[in-house]
Amino acid sequence: MSPTARLDAAFAALADPTRRAILARLATGQASVTDLAKPFSMSQPAISKHLKVLERAGLISRGRDAQRRPCRINPKPLAEANGWLEKYRRLWEENFQRLDDLLEEMKAVQKKQSPAKR
Amino acid sequence: MLNTGALKLTLSGDREVVFTRQFDAPRQLVWDAMTKPELLKRWLFGPPGWSMEVCEMDMRVGGKYRWVWRGPDGVEMGMGGVHHEIVPPAKIVNTQLFDQDWTGGEAVGTLTLTEQNGKTLLTNTVRYATPEARDAVLKTPMEQGMAMGYDRLEQLLAATK
Repeated sequence: MSPTARLDAAFAALADPTRRAILARLATGQASVTDLAKPFSMSQPAISKHLKVLERAGLISRGRDAQRRPCRINPKPLAEANGWLEKYRRLWEENFQRLDDLLEEMKAVQKKQSPAKR
Repeated sequence: MLNTGALKLTLSGDREVVFTRQFDAPRQLVWDAMTKPELLKRWLFGPPGWSMEVCEMDMRVGGKYRWVWRGPDGVEMGMGGVHHEIVPPAKIVNTQLFDQDWTGGEAVGTLTLTEQNGKTLLTNTVRYATPEARDAVLKTPMEQGMAMGYDRLEQLLAATK
């Protein structure tokens, strides 16, 4: 997979709340499908399906032990995908901080115009 | 996901981006700041170093809006669309299309404002034409689209880290 395709796969994988929750769980340590199925009250096949998507996106890798195949998080692609989201988020946040300032100004004007209110 | 500041950004489904952000002001003021051109121009600059040059808003169902930003090198970036639903001061549904169409077709935005204890929660859901379009947008501010100010933006982001 090219880096761009991998990033696309990571975004797609991160869009699902269950997969995000699985990643959050794996961030605390590796776990097997059985371990993961319990807290999510989902069937093992359903969890396996999500794990496959995460694995294909490079966000997790799975151990060779045929029985347990423990899953662990791959920090690098996750950090990369988060990096893009964070840059995009920050761009908007800068604009919204200007909006905060403008709203303060508007509140002050409103107060002046109707001092009796509020 | 990494949401350290006040703005929360999440991906939803395969083609949506959802923003949530709280403002310390009543809903009517937030609505005004987001719908009146003279007020929008004062905060919606786009990337650092850009400014909003054109802001036209026809706040009627079926009415058009048009926004144009200008970058540090005089490069312009424009977008616009049509309002499909307007419920002051609570909700706007509109189409969104950039002039260069780097989002691969029209996106649909749903903005809602809810007020509680004098604070306003903004939720903005943008649904892109395709999953590829959504992912392109997430990568774009740093690549092509707003692109033109790329180096500067990168420097500024590095400086603010």
